Amino acid sequence: MRANRPVLSILLWTLLSLFTLFPIYWLFVISVKPAVELFTTPSVLLETVYWKNYVKVLGDDTLRRYMFNSIVISTGNAVLVTVLAFMACYALSRFDLPGKENIFFWTITNRMAPAAVFLLPFFLLFTQVFVIGEWKLYDTRTGMILLYCTFNLPFAIWTLRPTIDAIPKELDEAATVDGATTWQVIREVIFPLARPGLAVTLILTWVFAWNEFLLAATLTSFNARTITTGLSEYVTTTGTEWGTMASIAIITLIPALLIFSVVQRHIVAGLTFGAVKE
Amino acid sequence: MRSNRVGWLMLAPTIAILGVFGIVPFLYVLYVAFHQWNPFGANPYMIYNGANNFRRLVFDNEFLTSIAFTLKFAFFAVLSEVVLGYFLAQLFMKEFPGRGLFRTIHTLPLIVAPIVVGSVWRLMTTPSIGIIPYLLKSWFGYDLNIGRDATMAFALTVIMDIWHWTPLVTLTLLAALVSLPKEPFEQAQIDGANRWQIFWHVTLPMIRPAILATVFIRLMDALRTVDEVWMLTGGGPGAATRYLGLHIWKIVFPKTDYGYGSATSIIVLYLTLVMCWLLYVALVARRGQKRAS
Repeated sequence: MRANRPVLSILLWTLLSLFTLFPIYWLFVISVKPAVELFTTPSVLLETVYWKNYVKVLGDDTLRRYMFNSIVISTGNAVLVTVLAFMACYALSRFDLPGKENIFFWTITNRMAPAAVFLLPFFLLFTQVFVIGEWKLYDTRTGMILLYCTFNLPFAIWTLRPTIDAIPKELDEAATVDGATTWQVIREVIFPLARPGLAVTLILTWVFAWNEFLLAATLTSFNARTITTGLSEYVTTTGTEWGTMASIAIITLIPALLIFSVVQRHIVAGLTFGAVKE
Repeated sequence: MRSNRVGWLMLAPTIAILGVFGIVPFLYVLYVAFHQWNPFGANPYMIYNGANNFRRLVFDNEFLTSIAFTLKFAFFAVLSEVVLGYFLAQLFMKEFPGRGLFRTIHTLPLIVAPIVVGSVWRLMTTPSIGIIPYLLKSWFGYDLNIGRDATMAFALTVIMDIWHWTPLVTLTLLAALVSLPKEPFEQAQIDGANRWQIFWHVTLPMIRPAILATVFIRLMDALRTVDEVWMLTGGGPGAATRYLGLHIWKIVFPKTDYGYGSATSIIVLYLTLVMCWLLYVALVARRGQKRAS
């Protein structure tokens, strides 16, 4: 490998980071300004900081509940989806199932649907079909965790499949010859090698679930309402409370960042397939 | 050979979930598409009207221009994201001080909800109160007004999309790159290949499936974008940024024309599917030829 040039890299990254960070910085600026100041001549730097929005948001029990719902739904969905997709990709990659390429393509078609029209059948499913006595799937965290599979599962299957396909089949065959069961092959051979792919899948499905808005707005009312939907309640036709919305948005970055920093560590190089005997 | 039963068993939960939450709603929408139905209109009942909705679509100028604008938007956004994302993923492959920090910074846009992204970009770009028009005016004397200038409004939606979604491409391609075996690269270096040759003959063939998967995901997401563009431009000026997702949204929500909205969705779904299928077949066929040779 050629020599690294850290100075150049850092310079480049600093420039890119400015582009990346500016809108987020601006979100912060909006969150610490009283409403009237938003509509005056803008300036890049902050002169005064107005914390009232944060005081209001942090003291709000409803928002705390929404935040909790979001964390449960996103984490539940991301874990469920990653596990199911891992299994599905293993099956698609290692078994000779008839029609499997069609099934693979079919999964992705579930992500193509324009949301607006599909809200209605989802609503009917949640309020009329999945009903047991008093209990409905509508406005439950379980319902949202399952529903988010429609767009996350295809995504996860499509991002994981290349990773699993790239793991040489010789490795599983060698392990099988040595007497390993399918479960052991998955745990000892595939899982460690697929770790970067799994980490990225987990992060991105978590993000999609966290950011989802239309479905959560239609299919939850209070008990399972998510923070993304909660913050959009401040965007109304009669006038948006930009400051409140922005301060919630800034606060929601924190749990997301925590999850990222934990999971990102697994996106590491260093594992090679050198174990394959030619 | 292991029994296929285990394989089917592993696929079963995926098929079950996508069957219930994918196929059932699709069939419902398909059914509605053949009806005239405005549940909040003068006649709230579903009336079967054959293929009338579809016939109306063919002559719907708004729909046809929306397709053209959406394709243009998706093309520019996805192409830039994949090129830029690949380049960034390659940079992340190198060790340099602060790599972890920069990686975290670079993934930040992903965790901002689309509706918030749209709001921030709107506040940044609204004439007279936004920081960007203000700076452009005072530094270059350029007057940015996305409420009037269709080209700039279009460009801004593309830039916003690039800002928001390039990190996704970077992450998926990074995962693909770190999973690659090292031997082919070392071999190529021993053989004296230059960087371009290594990229073209070693890296690209190995990560092509990952690139394809990423392009698909980004393409279909760009084709159904709603929240961000809705907040940034509201589809305007005129219909310059009224992309398909937003177009359907406007049929279904302000007008509550469910029959026509369903028909539009079915056609959009069909077009997306055909487009992706053609891309997919082209790639799988090429991969097959390579293996045979």
